[in-house]
Amino acid sequence: MHGGGASLGDSSASATRITPGFALRPEDIALAAKQGTARPGADVAEYALRLGDDALILAQRLGHWISRAPELEEDVALGNIALDQLGHARSFLTYAGSAWGKSEDDLAYFRREPEFRSAHLFEQPNGDFAATIARQFIAASYQFPLYRELAKSSDPMLAAIAAKAVKEVDYHLDHSTQWVLRLAGGTEESRRRMDAGLKLMWPFVGELFEDDPLTAKVGDAGVVPSSLKEEFDRGTGAVLAEAGLDVSGHPMATGGGRQGRHSEYLGFILAEMQVLAREFPGASW
Amino acid sequence: MARIVQPAGQPAPTNAPNAPDAPASNDAAGQANFDAIIAKDSRVEPKDWMPEAYRRSLVRQISQHAHSEIIGMQPEANWITRAPSLKRKSILMAKVQDEAGHGLYLYSAAETLGTTRDDMMDALVAGKARYSSIFNYPTVTWADMGAIGWMVDGAAICNQVPLCRASYGPYGRAMVRVCKEESFHQRQGFEILLELAHGTPEQKAMAQDAVNRWYAPSLMMFGPPDDDSPNSKQSMAWNIKRFSNDELRSRFVGMLAEQVKVLGLTLPDSEIRFNEDTKKWEYGPLDWEEFKEVLAGRGPCNAQRLERRRSAHEDGAWVREAAAAYHDKQLAKQAAEQKAAA
Repeated sequence: MHGGGASLGDSSASATRITPGFALRPEDIALAAKQGTARPGADVAEYALRLGDDALILAQRLGHWISRAPELEEDVALGNIALDQLGHARSFLTYAGSAWGKSEDDLAYFRREPEFRSAHLFEQPNGDFAATIARQFIAASYQFPLYRELAKSSDPMLAAIAAKAVKEVDYHLDHSTQWVLRLAGGTEESRRRMDAGLKLMWPFVGELFEDDPLTAKVGDAGVVPSSLKEEFDRGTGAVLAEAGLDVSGHPMATGGGRQGRHSEYLGFILAEMQVLAREFPGASW
Repeated sequence: MARIVQPAGQPAPTNAPNAPDAPASNDAAGQANFDAIIAKDSRVEPKDWMPEAYRRSLVRQISQHAHSEIIGMQPEANWITRAPSLKRKSILMAKVQDEAGHGLYLYSAAETLGTTRDDMMDALVAGKARYSSIFNYPTVTWADMGAIGWMVDGAAICNQVPLCRASYGPYGRAMVRVCKEESFHQRQGFEILLELAHGTPEQKAMAQDAVNRWYAPSLMMFGPPDDDSPNSKQSMAWNIKRFSNDELRSRFVGMLAEQVKVLGLTLPDSEIRFNEDTKKWEYGPLDWEEFKEVLAGRGPCNAQRLERRRSAHEDGAWVREAAAAYHDKQLAKQAAEQKAAA
């Protein structure tokens, strides 16, 4: 998505140049697992599954905006963010699946609701643009420190995936931060909607930072969710203070996504996402 | 994607950057300079004087092209959430996103002629502007993603590669980038069909059905036959258009006829043959009545496509207003700070 410091006029920076560059592709991860050079244990695989499902469901939600955004630039921006998230999902799911002899598509298309590990935040409907921005602001404020820390993981593959992802999520955080400020400081109508969007999405913050036995078991390979909360509060707090928005009164909802207890929405998301693949099981596309 | 050859009925821009200086029709020096540029097959740039009819014709063509990119996002976005593998989902998302990007370059190119994106967008949602008729057909199966890439984008490329040499500089340059991305799109479409054609019998049937449905509409993307194409002659004289509709269509048929063999599928036209005497590909009659019906707004998805664009535009109005208001407030704040510092 991003140029990585190449300057204008640098022919290697051409957007149309065809090169895999140094990007870590899902295909490389699958190959490494097949060759036995990088295969996760069961706990790390479970952990990767959570990260992959969050990103996958968010990508699925964001993908719906393409051709419906308020401005063409936002069709491009939300599309980019969706693509980044889908890329992260593919990497995490490929890695997770390699522990069980499953592909990214086996996991995405042939699991049932209770087998998904996504947090409720990512399953929330797009709502209006402000609700999507609220969800995106929370997601990026969580994923940015998460991936930055995960880039130091004792598991080299998780570290590599996170090192690539954090650069992209940095932009997602900037995008959503700018929009929170713009909508809060724009018109009365946009401020009302931004406030309403946060009210809808804020209850799902709590679940993101809950520790459980798995996060303890993965140890240095993962990131303890609660360890990220302070930075999240500080970062979001500063933006919301500048925007003059108050989220302190919003109660936290009960989660359960990590244990397979989901929102009412996930079933519909999966029904749509999986319909064609399940109509032709075993087919290749 | 494709351009269409019918008049858009859009008013001529009144705020063209070089218009206010002199009454355009009387500018003999400007006309001589313009004629010399065309004669040399060189580029006309936004600062150059140009005949009003040339400007109007370009605004019509470029804005219709931009609208086609934007409306063209819809039939493919229809499958983003249902793409049957994550890799395909990723490629499809990137492709539809490219189309938004193409729309943006093209609106920008049209803006250099003195029209604004807002005006063009308003004309589109008001149903006053045209876009390529092909996007008024529905995408009912996944194989349509393949057929659109291979045939619709393929036809667009045949149309657009010569446009890279169009006499109007900003248009030609925009087309260079558009064509690079379109050729990617075509290859991914071909690959989708190839995979389906070598898949299960049901998948192969799905691919054949899609090719059957998109064949004739994609041929009609080149516009009406040469003897019924009112704008073509002038457009060619101005070095905007380089080849006639029928010439490009024939070339495209030849390309399909060869590539369909690799797919192991067939084209729904038994009259396709290469004429050794004329060295041109020939094909069976096309239903131009259907083309006219769709163009007149009576295609399967005309209302749906326009309604989606209108609702996205109208639902997003409060966001655009907020962004503008915020921008103004920031400017006012900066000005106040500078004043206080001074």
